[in-house]
Amino acid sequence: MSISAGVRPKSPTERMLAGNAWLVYAFFYAPILVLIVFSFNENNNVGIWTEPSLRWYRDVLANDAVMSAIRVSLIVAAISTVVSTILGTMTALSLERFRYRGRRAFDGLVYLPIIIPDVTMAVMLLLFFAQSFQWLDAALGWRPSFGIATISLSHIAFNISFVAVVVRARLGQLDARLEEAAADLYATRWQAFRRVTFPLIAPGVVGGALLALTLSLDDVVVTSFVAGPGSTTLPVYVFGLVRRGVTPLINAVSTLMLVASMVLIAISLGFQRTSRSRVAIREQELEPN
Amino acid sequence: MALPETAAPELELDSRRAESRRGFLIGLPAWAYLTIFFALPLVIVLVYSFATRSSTGRTQLTGWNLDSYRRLVDPFVFEVFQRSFFLALTTTLICLLVSYPFAYYIATRGARLRNILLVMVMIPFWSNFLVRTYAWKVLLGSDGPISQLSQALGGEPIRLLFTNTAVLIGLVYGFLPFMVLPLYAALERMDWSLVEAARDLYADGWTAFRKVTWPLSRPGVIAGSILVFVPALGAYVTPAILGGARTTLVGDYIVDQFLAARNQPFGSALSMGIMLVLLAATVIYFRSGAKEV
Amino acid sequence: MRKAAVELAGVSKAFGDVYAVRDMDLAIADGEFFSLLGPSGCGKTTTLRMVAGFEFPTAGALWIHGVEMGLEPANRRPVNTVFQSYALFPHMNVEENVAFGLRMKKVGATETAERVKRALDMVQLGHRADASPTQLSGGQQQRVALARALVNEPEVLLLDEPLGALDLKLRQAMQVELKVLQERVGITFVYVTHDQEEALTMSDRIGVMNEGRLLQIGRPEEIYERPASRFVADFIGEINLLPATVVDHYSVRLLGGQVVRGSTGAEPGSEVTMAVRPERLELFGSNEHIADGLNQIRGTVVRRTYYGDVFYYDVDTPAGVVEVKEENRPGVDLHEAGESTVVAWDPSATTVVED
Repeated sequence: MSISAGVRPKSPTERMLAGNAWLVYAFFYAPILVLIVFSFNENNNVGIWTEPSLRWYRDVLANDAVMSAIRVSLIVAAISTVVSTILGTMTALSLERFRYRGRRAFDGLVYLPIIIPDVTMAVMLLLFFAQSFQWLDAALGWRPSFGIATISLSHIAFNISFVAVVVRARLGQLDARLEEAAADLYATRWQAFRRVTFPLIAPGVVGGALLALTLSLDDVVVTSFVAGPGSTTLPVYVFGLVRRGVTPLINAVSTLMLVASMVLIAISLGFQRTSRSRVAIREQELEPN
Repeated sequence: MALPETAAPELELDSRRAESRRGFLIGLPAWAYLTIFFALPLVIVLVYSFATRSSTGRTQLTGWNLDSYRRLVDPFVFEVFQRSFFLALTTTLICLLVSYPFAYYIATRGARLRNILLVMVMIPFWSNFLVRTYAWKVLLGSDGPISQLSQALGGEPIRLLFTNTAVLIGLVYGFLPFMVLPLYAALERMDWSLVEAARDLYADGWTAFRKVTWPLSRPGVIAGSILVFVPALGAYVTPAILGGARTTLVGDYIVDQFLAARNQPFGSALSMGIMLVLLAATVIYFRSGAKEV
Repeated sequence: MRKAAVELAGVSKAFGDVYAVRDMDLAIADGEFFSLLGPSGCGKTTTLRMVAGFEFPTAGALWIHGVEMGLEPANRRPVNTVFQSYALFPHMNVEENVAFGLRMKKVGATETAERVKRALDMVQLGHRADASPTQLSGGQQQRVALARALVNEPEVLLLDEPLGALDLKLRQAMQVELKVLQERVGITFVYVTHDQEEALTMSDRIGVMNEGRLLQIGRPEEIYERPASRFVADFIGEINLLPATVVDHYSVRLLGGQVVRGSTGAEPGSEVTMAVRPERLELFGSNEHIADGLNQIRGTVVRRTYYGDVFYYDVDTPAGVVEVKEENRPGVDLHEAGESTVVAWDPSATTVVED
């Protein structure tokens, strides 16, 4: 809700606010636009524009290392998104709708990964895996290696919390009476969840899943610590390239990554728009007519 | 009427216990997962921080000592912490200063415009973080577009890359959405009729803001600040891409202990150190915010 | 004797240390429109929730048509609830909402469609079956909630202040509709409200509650004419409450010494309160003839207030300030402020309450 926009005059403050807003948007988009534009540059040297060309995109597709990194990224992202969404949703339900001993401790545990910087997380998981592999070797004679499994397990570890927070927020907005109404109408706990609770928190679950997907695809530090030879993800690979210099190849890869992000956003917004109205219904229900 | 078979308190309690157990079981898988893959690793880091480093760089889980922690108060290390802390703080403040009017603007538009403006903020947010930081490397290079622009205008080529300023720009750029979104959420949820009430009671615009809007938007300010400060303190990627080798920050320092320097105990101690700083900052910040609501 | 629809014996409900309901004994007859009336926080909603199964009693037993159900979960009880906020499922349309209970019970598709149609027709919303709850007005949403409950043919229908969110005219119209519906369908209604007008107009019997206890059960006339306690007397309608001392079983002495007639079981000498409704009082000028056998007190008119259809007089008497309500009709004398008058009433209109 906001003040009816039509009634206010354009005061100097208004103008300043608007000006500030447009500057911020310019700040947001300028670098991205520059990147995209220069990815179509024929010239090797990023700064100097010569002529438009798709050369770098062709290079990307032909580049085995990049393709392999993309593959690994997608596998890891898929696994970690699915698992963390399921576990995160269950966490949100458990924390929000029930009371039991140790709930506070669980609550705290869930929030910790959010306030830990990824460097610390990377260190923790590296030492954990290294140490556990030693123990497993000593106990079972089996020595696992760092690879897609360790990366996925690590991503799940921090994603659960983010999904839980998003779903929990959505769950909190839900009228608890709806679940009572379902029970009043003979639904078992499971039926009430499947037919009432879940459809209404679905946008939150999707939002959480998208967040998990983004965080997984974005991650550099944790992944680089727990990856093994032959299992680089795309961001880690690009990071390696970037440290060495700037080339239009990276620009092309980056543009592709940006496009992928935008597609994701478009999907998520499309989904949200159809479901947003439904929670608004609850608010309207409580207004006297 | 039959004699009442009383529902004794224990029976009511039993049903409540069954309910509790159900909640506990639903949360159990995630709890177990986080314990194994988060709590346990944390404990391991703690343990390692007391271990010794052999001459070849391997970690020996014997000879427990506080050497690594003693190094934390070395002037050099302290300086690294300090530098990172102030960089994170500056980043947070700049983000706040830039985001607040921005979020305020969006929150005070009509519904349709608001949604469009929000989407336009989300797009960079959902885009890959690495790519966005890299974009600044392109922009700030000495033969990048900004430099070319300044040269075209008759000035010097810009030498911003590999400086602290570049890192600051990169951090602000990367974390700005994390400040905008919570601020927007808090402002949007606010009851604006309170501001109108204040003006009805003779407050001018600035006073109304100071006494009504600002305190009510506080939870958003706190959430946003935490969401920016925490990753900024441990930032690794942004300084690695945009910063120089001259100024070491905590993130890079820690990573170095596990790669080149091969001093895991010290790296662990550093990690614990940074975590404690963040926990303290979060708790203090939360408490101060909660008190005044 | 027919089995009571709902019976509570010794039911209490505690939340931690606080008792929301204390020691309640109640029997609601089959086919009755029963209201639980009381101020906010008196425990009426908690009682309803215990009948519905959303809360379990801490002590006592609860039967529905003779079957003990105190600890049965809500989804296994043959009762349905109309919630204060309607609680319509926002992601389902009207038809899906109404059909929900039937689908949960695995009723066949043809029968479901038929029963849903009948239920919607009964609340005059057959033409909105496809609408989503957002598109309906408050009154319409309430009727959908009603249909959703009734379609399951419950043994008892529970209503938790369902008309609270509606404006006055709509509320009054719905009160009539609900009463007519209940008589037609014949199901026992248990209705919770804090609005005594609602309770008086709609109920076959009313149970007045305060602070977790049931103070009085009876037909509306009984509750109104013969309140059993000061609280009930004060809560329902307007009433004059005058402190008095018992003289004997037929009379009490008011402050200032005047003795008036009114039956009481209390011991002579005990402190009681004499209660009489303003509309049962008549104001006489000092020269007018007053019939024999009426209770009388002298007093001076302090203020006269005009309400369109009635006049209210505040009369200052030695027994206290008395409020008199008189119809605004031609032929009725008006009295002015400062006038010396006599307040008179029939002794049968007197109630003596002991608290």
